[in-house]
Amino acid sequence: MPELLVCPLYIHLYTGCMTMLSPEEWEAVRLTLAVAARAVGFGLPLAVLTAWVLTRCRFPGRPLFSALVHLPMVLPPVVTGWLLLIVFGVRGPIGMLLHDWFGVRLVFTTAGASLACAVMTFPIMVRSVRLSLEAIDGGLEQAARTLGAGWFDRLVNVTLPLASPGILVGAIVGYATCLGEFGAVITFAANIPGQTQTLPLAIYAALQVPGGEAKAAELSMVSLTLAVIGLVLADWIGKRLNTVMGR
Amino acid sequence: MSFSLALRHRFPSMTMDVAFEVRSPGVTVLFGPSGSGKTTIVNAAAGLLRPDWCRVEIDGAVLADTDAGVWLPPEQRRAGMVFQDSRLFPHMSVATNLRFGMRRVAPGEIRFDDVVDLLGIGALLDRRPKALSGGERQRVAIGRALLAQPKLLLMDEPLASLDSARKAEILPYLARLKTALLLPVLYVTHALGEAAQLADSLVLVEAGKVVAYGGTAEISARAELPLASRDDAGAVLICRVDAHDPVRMLTRMHGGGADFLLPLLDMPLGALCRIRVPAREVILAGRPPDSISLHNVIAGTVRRIAPDPLRRSVMVEIGLPDGGLLARVTADAVVRLGLAPGVPVLALIKSTSIEVLGT
Repeated sequence: MPELLVCPLYIHLYTGCMTMLSPEEWEAVRLTLAVAARAVGFGLPLAVLTAWVLTRCRFPGRPLFSALVHLPMVLPPVVTGWLLLIVFGVRGPIGMLLHDWFGVRLVFTTAGASLACAVMTFPIMVRSVRLSLEAIDGGLEQAARTLGAGWFDRLVNVTLPLASPGILVGAIVGYATCLGEFGAVITFAANIPGQTQTLPLAIYAALQVPGGEAKAAELSMVSLTLAVIGLVLADWIGKRLNTVMGR
Repeated sequence: MSFSLALRHRFPSMTMDVAFEVRSPGVTVLFGPSGSGKTTIVNAAAGLLRPDWCRVEIDGAVLADTDAGVWLPPEQRRAGMVFQDSRLFPHMSVATNLRFGMRRVAPGEIRFDDVVDLLGIGALLDRRPKALSGGERQRVAIGRALLAQPKLLLMDEPLASLDSARKAEILPYLARLKTALLLPVLYVTHALGEAAQLADSLVLVEAGKVVAYGGTAEISARAELPLASRDDAGAVLICRVDAHDPVRMLTRMHGGGADFLLPLLDMPLGALCRIRVPAREVILAGRPPDSISLHNVIAGTVRRIAPDPLRRSVMVEIGLPDGGLLARVTADAVVRLGLAPGVPVLALIKSTSIEVLGT
């Protein structure tokens, strides 16, 4: 639908969908934002830790670990979703433990959609954090050591602040990517309206129904808008923080 | 009180084997060409590099001793370090940088305001490192290291990245610091001027080995050391201002067991001052000359004669009652004057060719 990209029409549709979205469509938007927020909220700290380990630690099996982390980026999302089913399914090794011990079920739930999003965007966040960690002059950490700062002190007061532009950009780009996750989510969490039906899934569902193109177009506009906002924000914040950090 | 360091380490391209012991409060200059291993020594002292074998001791406190299995990590050594590239934290203001080490130790004798005054960085406190000039950055880096209340101060070519104007701007601060500090300072440089001006002790390093170490006056006046084969070789003497003669516009100083006359200096009587006598400016004589413009005719004894084939000359080391001088002469002069170790000789030095290095 390339004609949708024509500007006046876009503005028309944009103002249109803000007023014309049905309650269940709003629900999809809300759900998408919530799922992405949870995915980034849990994924980002892990991504920072992983990036730190990958840049600062040398250990046997590091290449394998790195490959594992980056796997979702190259694997077909359906395969990632299927792997998640195997591992986190009610009969999977981790899924069973979660279910038996905590009564938590991830498959076909909102939490599961967040997990799928988190796994899919994890490499993107790790990559962004890692790049900014690698850009930090190692001499600064040496200087901090001679000034009496232990490893945690250095991490909190020197390394993370200096890497913060990369961490924030990673979070925003990760968030924006979460909004568009499809394959892994539909495979692992299914397409349940109100629970796991995020925007892309809702668009897909709308396109499956005869006469659903208008609805799909509206939702696509929302998706497009969110993506553009995310990217512009990431760029602006990245630049801004770099200045604040004295680069 | 003393500071001692010994280390052995094998790099792919060089084997380091270093040991020296110097008096504790005072500036020890590690002097040698680039790549001779000076930075390795400082890094080992700071704990940033762990040599194959190493022992570091300050006034009886052992920081590292491979044999005893002692290795304090850098963050526990209290060894303040000033790097060539300042390494200020870019995300902090100058004031926060200065307080970084200070906040991590118990309050000590070195006070914030004093350091800021001494280094003249009061106007920079709110700025970011990015907005500072190279010289200002180094001054802040020195302040930051000092405020961490170090037990040992390490300076790795702190002036090497600066142009000569900026160097001249910082050297006086360093000289002031030197007199104010009561801790051992290891100062790495390959600039003779800095070494002559700052060093209480000199450690000559070459290709991973210590060639010689000792007091600056002693080491700088030894003819057989690589220091003496430099074009700008010359003995450093620690002198005391003895008398001023405003009529003749001269100042008399006493150092190395001899009296030197210099053009009138603006220094209080009794003040200590170092002077440098360039070897190529020293004339040797067997008898006192009469009717000559120069003021300094200094009696000594030839201690050592070292040929310097590269410059087709000979370096003569002259022993004074309490020190020494270097004179660069031709081989022919040595023969004509019959110079040999133990022979008395007169060193003639123009008062204007003596360099005054300050305190």
